[in-house]
Amino acid sequence: MSDEKEALRRQDSQSMYDFKNEESDADFFREKEGLTKEIVLRVSAEKRDPAWMREFRLKCLKIYEETPMVDWGPDIAGLDMDRISSYVRHKEDMKNNWDDVPEDIKNTFERLGIPQAERESLAGVGAQFDSELVYHNVRREVAEKGVIYTDLESVIRGELDAERADGMDYAGMVKEHFMKLVPPTDHKFAALHGAVWSGGSFVYVPKGVYVDIPLQSYFRLNAAGAGQFEHTLIIVDEGADVHFIEGCSAPKYNVANLHAGCVELYVRKKARLRYSTIENWSKNMYNLNTKRAIVEEDGVMEWVSGSFGSHISYLYPMTILKGDRAQMEFTGITFSGNGQNLDTGLKIVHQGKETTAVVNSKSISKGGGIGTFRSAVVVQKSAKKAKASISCDSLMLDSISRTDTIPAMDVRSDDADIGHEAKIGRISDEAIFYLMSRGIKEDDAKAMIVSGFADPVSKELPLEYAAEMNNLIKLEMEWNG
Amino acid sequence: MAQEPLLQVEHLHVSIDETLPILNDINLLVHKGETHVLMGPNGAGKSTLGYTLMGNPHYAVTGGRILFEGLDMTQEDTDKRAKAGLFLSFQNPLEVPGISMSSFLRNATRALTDQPVKLLAFQKKLNETLRVLDMDGVYADRDLNVGFSGGEKKKAEILQLLMLSPKLAILDETDSGLDVDAVRTVSRGIEEYHKKNDGALIIITHATKILEALKVDYTHVMVNGRIVETGDASLVEKVNREGFEAYEARYGKRE
Repeated sequence: MSDEKEALRRQDSQSMYDFKNEESDADFFREKEGLTKEIVLRVSAEKRDPAWMREFRLKCLKIYEETPMVDWGPDIAGLDMDRISSYVRHKEDMKNNWDDVPEDIKNTFERLGIPQAERESLAGVGAQFDSELVYHNVRREVAEKGVIYTDLESVIRGELDAERADGMDYAGMVKEHFMKLVPPTDHKFAALHGAVWSGGSFVYVPKGVYVDIPLQSYFRLNAAGAGQFEHTLIIVDEGADVHFIEGCSAPKYNVANLHAGCVELYVRKKARLRYSTIENWSKNMYNLNTKRAIVEEDGVMEWVSGSFGSHISYLYPMTILKGDRAQMEFTGITFSGNGQNLDTGLKIVHQGKETTAVVNSKSISKGGGIGTFRSAVVVQKSAKKAKASISCDSLMLDSISRTDTIPAMDVRSDDADIGHEAKIGRISDEAIFYLMSRGIKEDDAKAMIVSGFADPVSKELPLEYAAEMNNLIKLEMEWNG
Repeated sequence: MAQEPLLQVEHLHVSIDETLPILNDINLLVHKGETHVLMGPNGAGKSTLGYTLMGNPHYAVTGGRILFEGLDMTQEDTDKRAKAGLFLSFQNPLEVPGISMSSFLRNATRALTDQPVKLLAFQKKLNETLRVLDMDGVYADRDLNVGFSGGEKKKAEILQLLMLSPKLAILDETDSGLDVDAVRTVSRGIEEYHKKNDGALIIITHATKILEALKVDYTHVMVNGRIVETGDASLVEKVNREGFEAYEARYGKRE
């Protein structure tokens, strides 16, 4: 435990992501640390939950209390729930005009480049600061196609239905899907999430609508010793197509912060969803996030993921290929530096016939960082001619870092075609020498090799995010923590 | 007054892991524009000399020194040697995924010159050089050496040589594994480098085909970690006629 604190203390700054705008009590409401029925009820009252949601939260709290702590991954003993505040919000409400966002919060997001990104290349933007969304906006031409991108709470309260009066029952839609894919019984932190969830987004793309530029959500956990429990629910209706990007960051504190978000993705017949994440939580963060997608006939789910931050991560996006010919593709990279233990991977469940999965995962470790990649492929009996190809490639930058690959397969059909390929290697001294022989400095040579290694992931991201990812790689490479 | 040598190797001793001696008392003088040929049986230490001159940390200099344009480079990092004007064409060029040839060359050009690269001029030069070497334009966009055949890799080394214009290029068996046409193309590239920059060359080779278009000034025969004979161009023919056996009988063979 003291080692853990020491490890946190040694962390260096994370440059542009690591700045703090101190939160004053006058502007912020902060729930007290710990988790009790009273706290859950207060969060529920804050959110003006309908009765079903209040009951749901209490049920989740009970499950949380009854569920044992996870004990199979990296040690999370440093996470003391009695020291985590589950709810922190600014006293101002969410805005849909950037100018109205409180000054201190606006400054934070402006330093992170959020409003510029929106102006330049996004169909819609949501920004969450601590527990609440502070800003949400969708381009008018996108909204006019019936695309919904807003906070979940107002939908649950029926405000969206009243506002739009388009005959759609969005409140019912959320109630029908909320924590159905990730039930609170899934694991302890799913139950915790259910009890105190706050913020996040609801996206609905109507039948046949193609959203040609991405929607983006940015999550910033600014308060020390706080938890962020945003819930993202996306429904892409039949034949529709959308790209959703989430970015996460936080300044570094010497106390533990917790992120236990939940992402539920519904991809209907012939629909396509691309879900991209660039995560750079600060290195005092416990990132215990749950993401899950269910894909119907001929639907396509694409995950793109860059995990750079956090002290400890448990992150295994799961895809259920329910319909025949449903497809999934995963392209991801994890960079574990000093003091980081990133346990990532994925799970694929083949249910439909001729369902296919292609996974390309990369992992970089440096400075004693630990990266573990767990993959689980389940092929159910119904999944005739299922196909999965998993490749994971690890690069260790020194001899003190560590990488593990743990594949699991459970195949119940007799004609599945499953491939798993893992490569683990050290950065090649000869390749460094080769680049240096052309005048490139040693550090730059290493950085080139590493960003080249990450290139298949960068290629999947829109330009500005690829640039951000390369910047993060550069930071990690320079960072001699 | 005699011109200052470009490269001066004095009593150079090299070991692997500081224990196993591999080069013994190497002396070598290379002036601007000169072409040197380095011959010798397998395992004589020719590639080791190339690597050592370029500063591969795997090889430890245990005695003597390496001067480049009068400056002591013996302990200098590889990138500094490249900046001083030294170049090594690798016998087995490495594959570096995710970096295109053209972006790699841009980075190298910037590193060598400490100047921002003028993109249009760079692109023009790259296209011209690709043409000289009969290389398809797509090589510029492909990842550095990734999936290149042996011959393509060698050509790509000469492409780099022409793009980076060093003062002295060490070519380590650039002609091995090439078909007749490719040897001709590569030697055309070498000739171009030699003429354009008055560039000096140390050519490590077993064959003479690559030397046809070049005027060889000196030939060195290396056996068992030593340069045992130095002569003019005619020594190349003598070696090819007689082989290395007589040398090995006299100077020993590396086990």
